[in-house]
Amino acid sequence: MKPKFLVGGLVIAAALAYMIYAGVSQSVVYFVTPSELGAAPVAGKAYRLGGMVLPGSLKWEPRTLDLTFTLSDGKSTIPVRHRGAPPDLFGEGRGAVVEGAWNAAGYFKASHIMAKHSEEYTAPHDTSAAGYKDLLRTLEGAPR
Amino acid sequence: MIPEIGGGALVVALALAVLGAVAAATGARTGRPALVESAQHAALAVYALLTGCLALLVYAFLRFDFSVRYVAMNTNLGTPFYYRITAVWGALEGSIVLWAWMLATYTLIVVVRHRRNARELYPWVLSVMLGVLAFFLLVMTVPAPVFQRLTPVPADGRGLNPLLEDSGMITHPVALYLGFTGFTVPFAFAMAALVTGRVNDFWITATRRWTITAWYFLSLGLLIGGWWSYHVLGWGGYWAWDPVENAAFMPWLTGTAFLHSVMIQERRRMLRLWNLALVILTFALTLFGTFLTRSGIIASVHAFTQGSIGVFFLVFLSVVVLIALGLLAWRWDVLGAQGELDSVVSRESAFLLNNVLLVAATFTVFFGTIFPLVSEAVRGVKVSVGMPFFNQVNVPLFLGLIFLMGVGPLIAWRRASLDNLKRNFLWPAVIGAVAAGVVWALGVRSALAVLSLALAAFVAATITVDVVRGTRARRRLGEALPGALGRLLLRHNRRYGGFVVHLGILVIALGVTGSQAWSVQTETTLQRGEHTELAGYRVRFDGLAASEESNHFKVTATFTVDGGHANGTVLLPAKKFYPQEQSPIAYVDYRLGLFEDLYVVLGDFARDGSQATVKLQVNRLVSWIWIGGLVLTLGAALAVAPERRRLV
Repeated sequence: MKPKFLVGGLVIAAALAYMIYAGVSQSVVYFVTPSELGAAPVAGKAYRLGGMVLPGSLKWEPRTLDLTFTLSDGKSTIPVRHRGAPPDLFGEGRGAVVEGAWNAAGYFKASHIMAKHSEEYTAPHDTSAAGYKDLLRTLEGAPR
Repeated sequence: MIPEIGGGALVVALALAVLGAVAAATGARTGRPALVESAQHAALAVYALLTGCLALLVYAFLRFDFSVRYVAMNTNLGTPFYYRITAVWGALEGSIVLWAWMLATYTLIVVVRHRRNARELYPWVLSVMLGVLAFFLLVMTVPAPVFQRLTPVPADGRGLNPLLEDSGMITHPVALYLGFTGFTVPFAFAMAALVTGRVNDFWITATRRWTITAWYFLSLGLLIGGWWSYHVLGWGGYWAWDPVENAAFMPWLTGTAFLHSVMIQERRRMLRLWNLALVILTFALTLFGTFLTRSGIIASVHAFTQGSIGVFFLVFLSVVVLIALGLLAWRWDVLGAQGELDSVVSRESAFLLNNVLLVAATFTVFFGTIFPLVSEAVRGVKVSVGMPFFNQVNVPLFLGLIFLMGVGPLIAWRRASLDNLKRNFLWPAVIGAVAAGVVWALGVRSALAVLSLALAAFVAATITVDVVRGTRARRRLGEALPGALGRLLLRHNRRYGGFVVHLGILVIALGVTGSQAWSVQTETTLQRGEHTELAGYRVRFDGLAASEESNHFKVTATFTVDGGHANGTVLLPAKKFYPQEQSPIAYVDYRLGLFEDLYVVLGDFARDGSQATVKLQVNRLVSWIWIGGLVLTLGAALAVAPERRRLV
């Protein structure tokens, strides 16, 4: 009986090792900065690109759902395109991580945007509250 | 005063826990019951002090005592009453308090329940429990002091993380921590068994219900976490293979393996070493999970602010593992198996394979979670493996486990004859095959979905075969049908509780299969009065409205739905703007259904209310996951009830 179980165990271990190997090689995502990606972009490879959304670069077309912006790490910049509304934590001058692939046409096609949440303490500030009050006013009278 | 009183109480509790652990161990070694008794008193005092600290913390939150730094960081004057209580465990320091309090409660229950019936092991169990408790008290005093004073006292606090303002905040951490801490008890018994050399089955039978309870709460915590993610985070999913989810899932996997393998030891005197190793691994993984969550070494949505706490957990984890391995090595010669595997086709080997698959799944989850760390350390390349990796590797393992769920409980011990196999599995196999055919005929073309539905039908059929057979036997003895069925379930509550849990898992598996295979979504921008369509639903955008809540502003969109089970429903997804947060938080709205949920997330919107971008999803069978959780609850309750077999 013993050898049978030994063989069975080896078969399972080998299958598992293969599944992990295949899984990793198919779904591995490389973390890069705009400089690293700009230096050697490989089309079709899965990347996770992290940087700051360059102020003035953000364009959002609600009707077509086209979102374009530029990610920068201070040294290099990469143009990014995405289809879908900007996520909650996303904005100009903030950090963002996008997942997707390099397009040979010269831009990064993001399939997923992960905005970075800063853990730093932010005091409740009145300026933003005034902004919300303004928002309340503009929406008043809008039919429910 | 609160910071000083609370901090002082924790230091006293720490000293008592250390003294108690030492006293219990010394008492056990030298055979002096008086020492063990003093350890009991220490356990009682630690429990009382921790309860006092928890109450003090709740009091500080209710009174907005911002002189306590933790209160100031996690609440503000606008936080509603209800969330001020749950805010107690909303961040790192407070969650450790809750954890330690639960551990102290469990320790007390161990004292009450096992003081007399586990005489040989009991002092060591107490010592281990108090030792673990001492570690958490050390964490609460040094790296994560919950009662730290804040000077000057601010006029208002920072406020609770808005994502935590949800009813899930009461149940999710509580259930999860009850599960995590619950595994400390079987671990303590295992350690006691190793120290005393009494590695027979006693520690397993004594902790059977503890293990089921811990396992159940961990399952519940995971499910509620999924529900929370589904209805709060707004991405329409319930599981993302996030490192912290994985951290809770790994002990669940090994705990599940342990629940099954102990049955082999009870019945066949096999797997002694394996069971000890599994319970040690499970306990170590609960610590590892906490280390992963609290150290910030791996980025995650759940990550708390970092600090030296990770080092504490890592050191404690290493100490625990080293001591456990040392004890295993020391007792190596008495850990040999008494029984032997007779045949590949037997219940033993089905259970063994179940264990192998569960441990394999644990390993793949572990590997995927720490892969970024390993890759960066070894190759200097920052990489990650995402959901595709975990799904791809785990789906075959889980399908295998579902198959074994049908085979294991029915196949014969030792060696299954062809006759036994035919008697138990012929009909279920036929039903599984028919189910596959029906599903295919209905137009399902995903091989994965067909396979998992067929396997589910197979397992459900095996359960039915067993219940019908048992009921029939009782009917032959002259019992009426409903009574026969009820008595069958109650008299063999452990076995049938297990079956009901299996049914719950099957229902969950169907929900996962359905939501993965058949969910659809779309994203679009609508002008006021415009509509969009998805999977038979017509959703019209009727405008935006803003409102001011106690601690935030809220912009609510109105969508009216035509068609499907949500006909005429008005859905009100919103964005909430918290002054202390950098950006808005989405508030999802949905209409749940037995077969599909309509799920709406408000994206961007025009400030004049004329236009909104919306994400629509029709998520299929997701409700079955929650229903499966209810079935699982029933099963666990049945399994944990006192055995009544002797009365038959």
